[in-house]
Amino acid sequence: MKPPVITVEHGAVGYDGRPVLRDVSLRVTAGEVVAVLGANGSGKSTLVRAVLGLVPLTGGSVTLFDRPLRRFRQWERVGYVPQRLGAGGGVPATVREVVASGRLARRGFLRPPGAADRAAVDLALRAVGLADRAGDPVATLSGGQQQRTLIARALAGRPELLVLDEPTAGVDAASQEAFAGALREFVADGGTVLLVAHELGPLRPVISRAIVVHEGGICHDGSVPEPAGHHAEPDHDHVHPHCPDEPARLWSI
Amino acid sequence: MELFQYPYMQRALIGALIIGLAAPALGIYLVQRRLALIGDGVGHVALTGVGAGLLLNRSPVLVAVIVATLGAIGIELVRSRGRTSGDLALALLFYGGIAGGVMLVGLSDSTSSNLNAYLFGSLTTISPADLTTIAVLGAAILVTMIALRPALFAVSHDEEYARVSGLPVRTLNMLIAVATAVTVTIAMRAVGVLLISALMVVPVATAQQVTRGFRSTMTAAMALGLFAAGSGVWVAANADTAPGASVVLMAIASFLVVALAAGAWRVLRRRTTPTAVPAPEPHEVVLR
Repeated sequence: MKPPVITVEHGAVGYDGRPVLRDVSLRVTAGEVVAVLGANGSGKSTLVRAVLGLVPLTGGSVTLFDRPLRRFRQWERVGYVPQRLGAGGGVPATVREVVASGRLARRGFLRPPGAADRAAVDLALRAVGLADRAGDPVATLSGGQQQRTLIARALAGRPELLVLDEPTAGVDAASQEAFAGALREFVADGGTVLLVAHELGPLRPVISRAIVVHEGGICHDGSVPEPAGHHAEPDHDHVHPHCPDEPARLWSI
Repeated sequence: MELFQYPYMQRALIGALIIGLAAPALGIYLVQRRLALIGDGVGHVALTGVGAGLLLNRSPVLVAVIVATLGAIGIELVRSRGRTSGDLALALLFYGGIAGGVMLVGLSDSTSSNLNAYLFGSLTTISPADLTTIAVLGAAILVTMIALRPALFAVSHDEEYARVSGLPVRTLNMLIAVATAVTVTIAMRAVGVLLISALMVVPVATAQQVTRGFRSTMTAAMALGLFAAGSGVWVAANADTAPGASVVLMAIASFLVVALAAGAWRVLRRRTTPTAVPAPEPHEVVLR
């Protein structure tokens, strides 16, 4: 049995008393690539945010690398890729400066960056194919390139676990390919991945297991569900997973 | 130039230069987290501290540091809760601060010119002891803002990512709040409570029109702050104008010059280089 990386037991999350997740249990072991699928508003993003402690649990527990989340301090083992880059107040920042933030967890915030940090940033920029844009302001990049910047930031910290929140939503095909390549490399080196997705696209071959979240609970945990209906047509690569008890018309329209 | 032979003018110049350098070094983080006007709010609160100091016959600057720090921490707590009523809570704090200050100064037996000195600055009345305070606190702000730049940048740029990086986000936010309060109170003597925010924000706004990165923006903003402070005091000495207002007007003048020059440069470049239309991203869905 491989060591557990993420364990969620009976996790529950609510916003202002409205339950978003109820009684969710999940286990991700080292080397797995787990996709969290589900419709918009199903609670899939909330699930990964709860795993990282960005939203508080109202019940249950989260364990990261065998340590309760409350007492987890080894954040250099975790790389987080949010849905999008915050707009910020308009102060420019170069791609390299954003990616360099990814070194803080490993280096500690009181120590100035050294040669090892610069080398790791270079490597991460090359991994996502943005080495030639390192000096450009991130605001001038396309949406897909900004997303690749965020992945490079997570990779720069040399994490063991990557947590990605809809990394390919609204991203052009070239960036999706670059992203899938970076992810394959990360997995080949023994990394563990938990990613939220609405559509898998070129990521599909990398995924080892899929979890489908529906109305705040997990309704499928196993192989990647096959697309159904007209979603199964060859030119349509959306994965809209179904739950057995779900009304069919939601998807058939 | 002979005016600068007088010690009080030298103190005015040195004090202004220190503040001109330190204020934008902090201000860049405030601009990045969309809190450009927070300095203004903390300034209002500091005025209550001034009033309390004058009333209690204690050093107004010292009491103002304490009251402004409490105010800044209060504002940070409201901000981090992210409540929609935060806006109104801030308004209450700001206007309560300035009303309290005016009332307390009135209750003390100091004259109205004393209140003006804090509202609009009074560089030429800086004592050697004041200058020491400005130098020590200004240097502390400067060193902290530069040494912790990677962490403060990360927190201001993407707070959630900073949390997942294990950064002490709450402590760093409090550090910025306290640094704001300290900067406001030392700048109070130079440009006054009502004009402090300008020195924190305007040099950053000027710099970011021509810079590409965070580090270069910070460096350029500090240089611009230094220039505004030096040239403002020089103008004030020669034209006998209010030093605080002169410093701020120099900062705004450099903003206008840089904005116009950057605009002209962009137009020129568009004319000389063939139109570089960014390639559209391919469709993500098959259109039928």
